[in-house]
Amino acid sequence: MIVRALLATALWLTALSHAWADTVDDAALMASKPARMLSEYGLFIDLRNQVPNVGVLPYDLVTPLFTDYASKLRFVYVPGGKSARYSQREVFEFPVGTVLIKTFAYPSHLDRPDEQIRLIETRLLIRQENGWKAWPYVWNEEMTDARLKIAGKRMSISFARADGSQLDIDYAVPNANQCKGCHALNGEITPVGPNARNLNRDYDYGGAVKNQIKMWSDLELLKNAPDASELQRATDWSDRNEPIDERARSYLDVNCAHCHRKEGPASNSGLFLTAWEEDRTAWGYRKRPVAAGRGSGGLDFDIEPGNAERSILLYRMRSSDPAIMMPELGRSLVHEEAVEMLAEWINGLN
Amino acid sequence: MSCKFCVFSTLPLLFVLTTAAIATDDIHVVPGPNAAEELQEALITAEPGSTISLAEGTFNLSDGLSLDVPDVTVRGAGMGRTVLSFGDQKAGGEGFLITSDNITLEDFAVLNARGDGIKSKGADQISYRRIRVEWTGGPNEKNGAYGIYPVESKNVLVEDSVVRGASDAGIYVGQSENIVVRNSTAEYNVAGIEIENSKFADVYGNTVTRNTGGILVFDLPNLPVMGGHSVRVFKNRVIDNDTPNFAPEGNIVGMVAKGTGIMVMANRNVHVFDNVLKNNGTVHVLIATYPNEFDDDNYVPHPRGVLVRDNTYGEGGAEPDGEVGKIISDVTGKPVPDIVWDGVVPLTEWLSWTAAEDRIYINETDGTTFANLLMIQNTLYPWSTSPDRDIADYAGALPEPKEVALPQLQGQ
Repeated sequence: MIVRALLATALWLTALSHAWADTVDDAALMASKPARMLSEYGLFIDLRNQVPNVGVLPYDLVTPLFTDYASKLRFVYVPGGKSARYSQREVFEFPVGTVLIKTFAYPSHLDRPDEQIRLIETRLLIRQENGWKAWPYVWNEEMTDARLKIAGKRMSISFARADGSQLDIDYAVPNANQCKGCHALNGEITPVGPNARNLNRDYDYGGAVKNQIKMWSDLELLKNAPDASELQRATDWSDRNEPIDERARSYLDVNCAHCHRKEGPASNSGLFLTAWEEDRTAWGYRKRPVAAGRGSGGLDFDIEPGNAERSILLYRMRSSDPAIMMPELGRSLVHEEAVEMLAEWINGLN
Repeated sequence: MSCKFCVFSTLPLLFVLTTAAIATDDIHVVPGPNAAEELQEALITAEPGSTISLAEGTFNLSDGLSLDVPDVTVRGAGMGRTVLSFGDQKAGGEGFLITSDNITLEDFAVLNARGDGIKSKGADQISYRRIRVEWTGGPNEKNGAYGIYPVESKNVLVEDSVVRGASDAGIYVGQSENIVVRNSTAEYNVAGIEIENSKFADVYGNTVTRNTGGILVFDLPNLPVMGGHSVRVFKNRVIDNDTPNFAPEGNIVGMVAKGTGIMVMANRNVHVFDNVLKNNGTVHVLIATYPNEFDDDNYVPHPRGVLVRDNTYGEGGAEPDGEVGKIISDVTGKPVPDIVWDGVVPLTEWLSWTAAEDRIYINETDGTTFANLLMIQNTLYPWSTSPDRDIADYAGALPEPKEVALPQLQGQ
């Protein structure tokens, strides 16, 4: 009897996994060598228009990482029957087989984000048995498929900004190691974006608007999440109705704290910018630079309260020189709107 | 007939096996138009245990390189022959970043990186051997900060290497433990060699010349790893350090006076012996307290347990430079004595006494000059304080840290 029940369960699981395997290619995802072309994973029904396959769910973040004004399309795939474990503070614990997908794209005009979109690259974070793997895929000109570029690539991209000015940038697709430059905790590759605070917002699932944490729970992609009303929420840095202190700390959390935290690649700096850091010297308040080299710009403190112009943090965000700029990777342009907001915040500190 | 058949069939098989073995263990990269991509791809796809050989010639790189695979050797054809040139670098905080364990770097040069030269972070067993890191335009504040830069690492070896032109420290080991820096040359940097917030370090046999400051042993506040200790600085040649300080403003090394030989700031159990110090215009040996304000309850700003012995001193102290040089020479006059201690101790100790293991000890041959600036008294009663020059009062011994043993040097 027991044997029979087990057998039935096994058959059901097999059937289920087959149903998924028809869509997303789990074997390709779990292979030790990454696929040469993005299409081989079967993550999309329509690659060019980024229409995800069954089981691949789009998502968005409250406050995203700035990457030279690129649009980002994010998707998550968790193999059937498995779920991620909820965490209040850190990125959820995703099961083996999970893929986090992020496609970087530019419209020809930032003001019209849905028109004339050029797909640049799609980055995959794949959870394998022995940890996360990070692979960058670069789109061909025709946008029919994207090819693995382990060593990264530089690309010339031009687009128009909201004010009509044309921008030409030397876009850098990171190599697999550079991915780890940001995506590392205690030396292991780790996702950065999908934590509870930053996912806690509504998303339009093709007409049905729903809180993302609720949706993930309903689909059993996520287990043990509390009710949405009990969840903390990241502050949208660009929302002028929110307190400036929270906007600033939220921006720094998302854009800097993946490295600047005790467990991250910039641990040796002693500058820790997680939203929950309470030691004010650690988040930069009158903190002196350590190994900043030219990055200090002759200034004494990371954050000099009341004086944005004398704060190293802004000096480095305003620079595009590799020896000075922060973040070190992922941008060639200055995020002017954010710099302005942070200047307002620092000038208001005492 | 059958036997011949056997031979013929196994030969190609053997051949296949041999070439396969070479392919996985040794990757050759040759300069050329696609070399940058080939090299970075080799660094990513290398299997543990493999060697990446860089042919003679110049590799022009516009992005920083990185290695995250453990147990890999990267070997060039010589520090004068294989050059990784970063003159056109567009991104990356350093020329070459290593984040994995058990790595050996040998026989190549890294030139003109925009940020640091070669950085290894969180790496256990990292060896830099016959490596040259250089900014070829000479001292310039636009040069990168550190040449050879192991940080948060364990079992660090730097030997027979050369660093020139770093706008902070040529060879900088930070927040690390078990360190050997030996038989290397650091010249035309702001600091030649710096051991910072680190423990168990042997720095010996190096030639440190034409820098602003020669060898610095520092401990700084507000860092994850603090409380540097057990450092031996010996048998180094620290001479002619006379390059004006060209550190970008705001850096802690910006305060180092031109012509500082060996400087110990904060730290515990530091032994300075058998060095040759000559023509260092501000001071040959300076023992000092961290000078800035700080907000960190766990930090001890005073140097404790420092022994200076058996060094050879030439001319020096005749041209004290900058703010630090002025503070010292205002108290001591010129030439500044060979060895200077600021004399700052914690207030509790100033009011009572300092434990034997925390004191400053000087055992030098007759004729060596010394001053304790007594900076606390000097600040409180400048009219009645003069420095303590009685070197004999500081005689004494401290147990010396054991020789640093590195696993990568076992069996050599």
